Amino acid sequence: MKLQDTRITPSKIGLIDTHVCLAFAGLNADARILIDKARLEAQSHRLTVEDPVTIEYITKYVAGVQQRYTQSGGVRPFGISTLIIGFDKGDNEPKLYQTEPSGIYSAWKANAIGRSSKTVREFLERNHKDDMDREATIALTVKSLLEVVQTGAKNIEIAIMAPGKTIEMLPADQIETYVKTIEAEKQEEQAKKKPGARGAPSGTSSLPTRPATEEEGSTGI
Amino acid sequence: MEVLLGITGRDFTLIAASKAAMRGATILKSSDDKTRALNKHNLLAFSGEAGDTIQFAEYIQANIALYSMRNESDLGPSAVASFIRGELAKSLRSRKPYNVNLLLGGVDPITQEPSLYWLDYLASSAKLPYAAHGYAQYYCLSILDKHHHPDISFDQGMKILRMCTDELQRRLPIDFKGMTVKVVKKDGIQDIEYDTSKQVLSA
Repeated sequence: MKLQDTRITPSKIGLIDTHVCLAFAGLNADARILIDKARLEAQSHRLTVEDPVTIEYITKYVAGVQQRYTQSGGVRPFGISTLIIGFDKGDNEPKLYQTEPSGIYSAWKANAIGRSSKTVREFLERNHKDDMDREATIALTVKSLLEVVQTGAKNIEIAIMAPGKTIEMLPADQIETYVKTIEAEKQEEQAKKKPGARGAPSGTSSLPTRPATEEEGSTGI
Repeated sequence: MEVLLGITGRDFTLIAASKAAMRGATILKSSDDKTRALNKHNLLAFSGEAGDTIQFAEYIQANIALYSMRNESDLGPSAVASFIRGELAKSLRSRKPYNVNLLLGGVDPITQEPSLYWLDYLASSAKLPYAAHGYAQYYCLSILDKHHHPDISFDQGMKILRMCTDELQRRLPIDFKGMTVKVVKKDGIQDIEYDTSKQVLSA
């Protein structure tokens, strides 16, 4: 991990079109193919109907491709789950969809995929509120990722989409500040729980692992 | 009698296209936009057979957009021109070739150098300081030969453009209903108000 060049290593978050973003968990190589198919469809859709794709449409398309690869001969299924986020043209409502290798797709308010996704999903179920602003959503996103990612800011990537705007990748130093405040909060809470031992050690020094999940908190600002 | 004009300068490329959509001798529309933005700093203007023009331009537009999405970077003007030339050459050797003539105006996103490419349906491509398509060539190239200079400012470019359109209004037998004028600069493509309502009397 130390030697990997993170600036040019492909990320798990990709753009399908200027207003649609896709994050995946699973086989990187499979994702590349699937993302390319989705990008082609997004432009083809623009060319034929002069409108950008809706998030639902492109999700249905991605799920459709995934389904096809479970049923046709000589091919193996796409080993990836995806989260697709974005805003439809002229619409301020944030959309979040999930697709699975089987071709199932579903809409969510918040969700996680990949390794330990269950833990994160349960965490989100407990902590997600409907009227969160941008800051709260990012904080929740980082917090939920920290439930399963031990190595902290270096292994977190966050993409933010807002209506009518291009994608924004949160800079690493900003993620770092979120991680630090959240870890400080956690320590405080632990100290409160155990009044005897102050400053309980948190953030155990476990082996650094790549996170198998990128959680997308779609903000609706 | 479609008019396409392109002028480069110190830090800009001007593209002008007539606003009349014609069928035979009839003007169907006087607010036609014969240009398509390909990306942030590449603008394509087209003339030729109705139907072919928009079909081809939008096909190019979609492919350039797809390239940007796939590679997370935009193509520069020379790359776009080569791509278009390739597509035209392919089309030329097909059963039903596209009959489209084009001007590609752009500013290189890295060197910020403005450029203008002249392309026709025979898949010729030429990088030029100023260019025109159709009958406009007969009237405008001589004016541009005399007045153009690679280092002109935007205002000087607009002045030369005005000389060209005045001459066209004076000499073309059919009214081309004014011009849509756009400029490509280092920070993107801008529309420019261009008034041709003032009568230009013939000699």
